[in-house]
Amino acid sequence: MLRLEARAEPSRLMSWCSPLLAAVLTLLAGMIIFWLLGKDPLQGLRYFLIHPVKDLYGVSELLLKATPLMLCAIGLAVGFRANVWNIGAEGQFMLGAVGATGVALYFAESDSALILPAMVVAGAAAGAAWAAIPALLKTRFNANEILVSLMLVYVAQLSVSWLVFGPWRDPMGFGFPQTAMFHDAALLPAVLEGTRLHLGFGFALAALAAGYVFINRSYTGFKMRVAGEAAEAARYAGFSARRVIWIGLLTGGAAAGVAGMAEVAGPMGQLTDKISFGYGFAAIIVAFVGRLSAPGIFLASLLMALLFIGGEQVQQYMNLPSSISMVFQGLLLFFLLGSDVFIHYRLRFGRAGA
Amino acid sequence: MDGALFTNMLFATVVAGTPLIIVALGLLVSERAGVLNLGAEGMMAMGAVAAFAVTHATGSPWLGVLAGLGAGMAMALVFGFLTLTLQANQVASGLALAIFGVGLSAFIGKPFESVALPTVPAIRIPFIADIPLIGEALYNQQALVYFSWALFWAVLWFLARSRAGLVLRAVGESPAAAHAIGYPVVLIRYLAVLFGGAMAGVGGAFLSVYYTPMWMEGMVAGRGWIALALVVFATWRPLRVLVGAYLFGGVMITQLFIQGSGLQIDFPSQFLSSLPYWATIVVLVVISRNPNLIRLNSPASLGRSYRPDA
Repeated sequence: MLRLEARAEPSRLMSWCSPLLAAVLTLLAGMIIFWLLGKDPLQGLRYFLIHPVKDLYGVSELLLKATPLMLCAIGLAVGFRANVWNIGAEGQFMLGAVGATGVALYFAESDSALILPAMVVAGAAAGAAWAAIPALLKTRFNANEILVSLMLVYVAQLSVSWLVFGPWRDPMGFGFPQTAMFHDAALLPAVLEGTRLHLGFGFALAALAAGYVFINRSYTGFKMRVAGEAAEAARYAGFSARRVIWIGLLTGGAAAGVAGMAEVAGPMGQLTDKISFGYGFAAIIVAFVGRLSAPGIFLASLLMALLFIGGEQVQQYMNLPSSISMVFQGLLLFFLLGSDVFIHYRLRFGRAGA
Repeated sequence: MDGALFTNMLFATVVAGTPLIIVALGLLVSERAGVLNLGAEGMMAMGAVAAFAVTHATGSPWLGVLAGLGAGMAMALVFGFLTLTLQANQVASGLALAIFGVGLSAFIGKPFESVALPTVPAIRIPFIADIPLIGEALYNQQALVYFSWALFWAVLWFLARSRAGLVLRAVGESPAAAHAIGYPVVLIRYLAVLFGGAMAGVGGAFLSVYYTPMWMEGMVAGRGWIALALVVFATWRPLRVLVGAYLFGGVMITQLFIQGSGLQIDFPSQFLSSLPYWATIVVLVVISRNPNLIRLNSPASLGRSYRPDA
């Protein structure tokens, strides 16, 4: 009989193998799904894994998709490490896009080089402000940050919709729910000639580096980790629980806000009512699959970006709904959570004590 | 306000509150057993799409509701396997369930997006439906509305009066003690989680088969999360779930009536639509302000894994 036996201490090896195992299991499950749908499983895998990255342009699109995921996920990881469950990055992303768009539209006549930095600041501030609501309500009134941050996603979506249908609608846009296209001074420059990859990818790498230093090398980051892993010890050591909540949520909000800014000032070039494709929720999966660490998040973002693009590919070539990529994303997290059991337990044959 | 408008609004409030009651009561039972399943939104979405597909194929809303129930349970089983058998973190597993369910339902539901179901006729209860003002609103309703009231009484009785309910609450308060007395903690938690999933599936079915009746990606629109908030608001008590659900139904309906009334108020419809979400936040704040209220009423082991032989 198979049974689980507790390990004396968590396995470090398994904690890094588990995401790989989860990725492999997701692929296998994906092939089964294609087969069940009457499609060629190998062909399906080709569209998901190989087709998107077969040339330099494909790789640049992959990095482009991974950019918002990296930004959102590294911000979330800071909070998740401290058991601060901000799951509203989707809404903070939208608010960041709104903040940046506000700057771009207000200074539409200006060619100043300061516009882009101002948009970054506005995006980060708007995202952080949106995350400050759950932080305030949690620290002041003890309200559950999971539910509050999630409710604010719906409010953010409705607010964006109001803006692009109402005051910010492009008068020349034939009534479409979108703002005017940004002028050149408000667009992020491309970093790779002939592709859409823009400076936002640089922001993502910088954020990952900063996140790494903060989590692993800073005293505040250390306090946050202690608060997450041993709340009692953190209290005994005199670490402020309120500060941990504020830092966790504001970091996540600001990072998601920058991601939103990079989206409107990058590939979109304007604000529309479909500004996010679920990046904020996908980033939760990225953060977990990346083990809440910067290098892990880098790799996990690439994997998730592959799933996003693969979904578009099978929609185009195999006539399947692109929501299949959300199915795969969910499966990935399921398999990860399942595989994680081997961090704390090992599989044994035979009965206990044998 | 004239009588007809009052009756209309009461009717609509009861309808809007019904899925919240069904889902929140299911979640309440699983939380009283100590299991926090944040995947309600995903289970509802799966219930909604399964119910829609089966109703569309068979023409029977009853089979549709059964399919919704089954889909919700299947989702809950995945959650149970992860958290109860494999000891995975309940918060992360619930989030995974929510993301997966919303995605899978969108995928399955794609072919149904342009299809409409016939409206299911209401069941009129003779005599009491003739009561002025409230009769038409309360007793000329869909079968699932009556079901939600029956469910309320059943859950109330089960938790407060039945032996099984006592055991379930013991498991939620102290799984170690319940285990020591000899109760199968993991099995009981499985049953509670499955019940929660089944009710979330029925709640989703109500939306797609009776309420709108159609399928649209994202049609659950946060009701699963609102139901989770309702359980906290209700401090884990069935009667307060009932009151809270109708309160929310009232908020949802009031904003719809204002939007549909043609009153020329200078207020964007999107802000009105966001009222239920703000209301959820306000309600959470009001109830959570007093930390003792939550601490004394929430099941002591809520959200924590329990492994009998560890």
